[in-house]
Amino acid sequence: MEDKQKKQEAYEKYVKEKTPVHKLVPNMAKAFVTGGVICVIGQVILNYCEKIGLDKDTSGGWTSLILVLLSVILTGLNIYPQIANWGGAGALVPITGFANSVAAPAIEYKKEGQVFGIGCKIFTIAGPVILYGIFTSWLLGLIYWIGMCIGIV
Amino acid sequence: MNHTKGAQSIGFAESPFLVSSGSVVGKKESEGPLGKKFDMISKDDLFGEETWEAAEGVMQKKACGLALNKASMQPEQVRFLFGGDLLRQGIATSMGVEALQIPMFGLFGACSTSGEALALAAMSVAAGYGDYMLAVTSSHFGSAEKEFRFPLGYANQRPLSATWTVTGSGAFLVGKKKSHVRISGVTIGKIVDYGLKDSQNMGACMAPAACDTIVQNLEDFGRQESDYDRIITGDLGYVGQSILFDLIRKKGRDIKDNHMDCGMVIFDQKTQNTNAGGSGCGCAATTLSAYILPKLESGEWKRILFVPTGALMSTVSFNEGESVPGIAHGIVLEHC
Repeated sequence: MEDKQKKQEAYEKYVKEKTPVHKLVPNMAKAFVTGGVICVIGQVILNYCEKIGLDKDTSGGWTSLILVLLSVILTGLNIYPQIANWGGAGALVPITGFANSVAAPAIEYKKEGQVFGIGCKIFTIAGPVILYGIFTSWLLGLIYWIGMCIGIV
Repeated sequence: MNHTKGAQSIGFAESPFLVSSGSVVGKKESEGPLGKKFDMISKDDLFGEETWEAAEGVMQKKACGLALNKASMQPEQVRFLFGGDLLRQGIATSMGVEALQIPMFGLFGACSTSGEALALAAMSVAAGYGDYMLAVTSSHFGSAEKEFRFPLGYANQRPLSATWTVTGSGAFLVGKKKSHVRISGVTIGKIVDYGLKDSQNMGACMAPAACDTIVQNLEDFGRQESDYDRIITGDLGYVGQSILFDLIRKKGRDIKDNHMDCGMVIFDQKTQNTNAGGSGCGCAATTLSAYILPKLESGEWKRILFVPTGALMSTVSFNEGESVPGIAHGIVLEHC
């Protein structure tokens, strides 16, 4: 049994050496450019909103809304996956990546119906982010509350 | 009459003929290096249907039709059909072959299904259970991505070891009518699992199975590597091929000079963004039909070993932390 496990580990190690991976530096550069461009677009929208006299919170809301809309449209046109194929995490981490992860299942599973298709499967990718995101904020809230009770916050 | 050879093989006393074949592919495949060789291409990957699954069914139906047409035969003349695909419950096969109304066996061997189907078809003909058998298999990029990975529109970066599922279907008519290709023997593969858990590196999961079947075939038939003009694996891809070479060398054999992988010839890695190569049941099946068989028919190759390889991955067991087992079947094809 132990011998088998050793063999498996040896094969895994060997496969790792044999398997090519994306080059780290060029990939990081591409991610930086992609993520950067998305953030610049966001900043332009934010500045414009503030310029036409909206307050800070409303401007932020519009910025997220427009970026999400753009991402969903680009997903529908099959352009966003190509951006991510080039830009990697630069396209996945911003809010546009999150929007893509919701729009893509909606498009794919539409054929399985409004309830069992879109309804059940729209959050197959984004679900974990939402669940653990909410859970983490609850946990932090709890710590903050305890901190307030004992007077350190 | 004893047909068995060695531990895992059959050498037919009277080899059945591979009478005819049909290949159907999608747009990306038609733009690849073998693009012009396929019998039928569709620029519409939905093949006029609403869903990927139905589209895959249509490909199977068309591939069967092409194979039958080339031999001027009707579905009623075929005794049994052996078919399978990558999807749950083999739904593409059921939808595709329903119209043919041929008694059928549904198979699952992941991407090795073409080998499994051909072996069973050849065995059935050789045993005298019927004069003609159909073997058919397919895969579709859209349905496979949906079933095993992500929705098509999801933005992610594919690892360099990942393969691209071929949208295509190949059908083969095996029987007693004379042609220029015979199935002279088969080697049935075992489940070979080296414990790898990387579903994005199928080549590495399948290479040990390919090695096992190839070495077993050579032993069972008492042949050397050079007795085959080509030893052709299904969809190991670039990563799997280099691993296969190493594994085979450890067994004291060398197939570097006459090895070919269908996944490496069906796409152009440099321009088609397919990373490690093509994969799926359709990869080996369409390459066999469109590229390998013509070379055997013309006599350019006299004898080859066709080894479609399958990664028997289940998304459930994979998420439960299990490894991806591999399997490979060997089909000996000879010019005659």
